[in-house]
Amino acid sequence: MAQRIVIDPVTRIEGHAKITIQLDDDGQVTDAQFHVVEFRGFERFCEGRPLWEMPGLTARTCGICPVSHLLASARAGDEILAVQVPPAADKLRRLMNLAQMVQSHALSFFHLSAPDFLMGWDAPVEKRNVFGLLGTRPELVRAGVRLRQFGQEVIEILGGKKVHPSWAVPGGVRSGLTLAGRERIRTGLPEAFQTARLALRLFKDLAGSLNREIQIFGNFPSLFLGLVGPDGEWEHHGGRLRFMDSSGSILVDQLDPQNYREYIGEAVQSSSYLKSPYFKPLGPEEGMYRVGPLARLNVCKSMGTPEADVELKEFRKHSNGAVTSSFLYHHARLIEILTSLERIERMLEDPELHSDHLRADAGVNRLRGVGVSEAPRGTLFHDYEVDRDGVVTKVNLVIATGQNNLAMNRTVAQIAKHYVKGPHVPEAMLNRVEHGIRNFDPCLSCSTHALGQMPLVIRLVGPDGTVLDERRRD
Amino acid sequence: MAVRTLTIDSKQVSAEEGTTILGAARDAGISIPTLCHLDGIYDVGACRMCLVELAGSPRLLPACTTMVAEGMDVRTQSDRLRRYRRMILELLFAERNHVCAACVSNGHCELQTMAYSQGMDHVRFAYQSPLLEVDLTHASFGMDHNRCILCTRCVRVCWHIEGAGTKNVSGRGTHARIISDLNQPWGMSETCSACGKCIQACPTGALFRRGMTAGEMERDRTRLEFLVNAREKKQWNV
Ligand code: SF4
Ligand code: SF4
Ligand code: FES
Repeated sequence: MAQRIVIDPVTRIEGHAKITIQLDDDGQVTDAQFHVVEFRGFERFCEGRPLWEMPGLTARTCGICPVSHLLASARAGDEILAVQVPPAADKLRRLMNLAQMVQSHALSFFHLSAPDFLMGWDAPVEKRNVFGLLGTRPELVRAGVRLRQFGQEVIEILGGKKVHPSWAVPGGVRSGLTLAGRERIRTGLPEAFQTARLALRLFKDLAGSLNREIQIFGNFPSLFLGLVGPDGEWEHHGGRLRFMDSSGSILVDQLDPQNYREYIGEAVQSSSYLKSPYFKPLGPEEGMYRVGPLARLNVCKSMGTPEADVELKEFRKHSNGAVTSSFLYHHARLIEILTSLERIERMLEDPELHSDHLRADAGVNRLRGVGVSEAPRGTLFHDYEVDRDGVVTKVNLVIATGQNNLAMNRTVAQIAKHYVKGPHVPEAMLNRVEHGIRNFDPCLSCSTHALGQMPLVIRLVGPDGTVLDERRRD
Repeated sequence: MAVRTLTIDSKQVSAEEGTTILGAARDAGISIPTLCHLDGIYDVGACRMCLVELAGSPRLLPACTTMVAEGMDVRTQSDRLRRYRRMILELLFAERNHVCAACVSNGHCELQTMAYSQGMDHVRFAYQSPLLEVDLTHASFGMDHNRCILCTRCVRVCWHIEGAGTKNVSGRGTHARIISDLNQPWGMSETCSACGKCIQACPTGALFRRGMTAGEMERDRTRLEFLVNAREKKQWNV
């Protein structure tokens, strides 16, 4: 009798998830799925709204990375107005996005992931969390908290308390950076750098003993997608798209985000409410790609900042082609924190940041616009269609967690294959499967935001395709 | 003009005949919550926020449209009144679609401020979630029916200050809508002079300047008052 083992919910991921592991008649893992229960009403909910409200609306819907939605949405608005955003506004948006990288990556690394590899995979669950870590490595936890605070503070200095729901708007931003604000950012930088370097050293020292995890926590070939600058350097806002395969060959380069649909298809998974995007020319199976820190570090030619470039060189020693282990998302995240800090430091020297020309004004000049920005978790697309008056008629959001969904399934299956022997699930495997997903730092409530509760059906399907059992929650 | 003396919240108050209870209370420094009232234009008693108790009367009366009378004993605060006011607010929120965080008026909205000040922390009635339109056809302004509370301030300023007569109410009950001219897209209106008085008058995020983003719509009501005063008191500098 084929059996399914359901692990629910994955702790410590904001939101809820469901994992299904499929066993065959001999109790061997054949397949696994990480179901993201998306409430699809969201895109519909935006239809009929004025274009100008979209940044605030989308930012408020995703509580996990509001800044990323804000920026991608404002960019989509820029395209529809067909305006040149004032240079200062563009720079300030970039500054905010870098700060968002720092704070989000700090949370993922220090709070959510580090407890697993520092407290030990098999540590009891009440120890294997940030509070457990606080007991043994208080200085590390505190440094992580402070680093996150630094990122949040930069965001607050720019967007105001509580992150103004609509700081970035179609055509620019609503307020600039004061000299006092700049000084506050400057003051926080040295400590932030210190923590970033500390975390990198820590991770690299541990990596030797984490070989097994590097090998089996989602190590497989796939394509990678990320933004790059004009010379192929690491990019996070603006820029163009690049697809790379796991041998390191560039498949598509300098793709204008407006044309993303030429290369990205969206498959609807019957087992998940999330759309699974894939690289169109290769189809839904072969076209699986990953986004996020690992992908961005793979696709770029260089980080574009001195310290991070040294780290990138070292990172690339993990592989001849692209780095394919999802476990190394953690490492990539830390290098991204470093480059973000270096870029923030560099930007602070730019007098243009204090300009008061921040907003370009225009009516509706195009009926469609795509806004792309690198969210900490990966490339985020906001694709809007509007009528001539600027009422939104169609919305398509392609989010990082959706794009990584197929890779997350693969990761879960790979881990499960190593740990499940027979019908029983060792506790050791549960922790590792959870971590496999945490590599990707999925933004669940973004894709699962529940305006109402989605009824859930869990099905047991045997090897011959028959439904063996069905459990439902209405 | 004859003067009337009355009691409001145990306070002796005198007011000219023809003054509303609301006006008399405000002159005496007693505040009564209002939504459809707008200084400078006549009152219609549409929202019922300003209900007060009158000794000897079982009914509650709207302070904005009830005139003072000799010897009246008015109470503006009681548990019963607070209950009614909260209920009125809850009904207003349940009737249409208010998403404050994304609203152009967030932080500057009279309805939202009123809900805070009256301690409305949740809505006990089922949200009607009607499907309503946003009209962005006008070159300068927008109207979002999702946020309209049918206070008719826009209609009154349009007719009685600007004299354009563009804004009207059509339908009844839950079908009531603010319309432009004979219910056509605002941008097609032949009477709208694009003066923007309705934009200044609206207490919520229902009327706004085009291009406004969340929380950005702030209004300047003194402009309306200025016009009214200038007209009534002949203050035009001509
Ligand atoms: S009109 Fe006022 S109450 Fe309604 S959504 Fe806007 S801010 Fe909230
Ligand atoms: S549009 Fe504004 S002013 Fe007009 S009735 Fe509705 S809420 Fe009142
Ligand atoms: S203010 Fe009196 S009824 Fe609205």
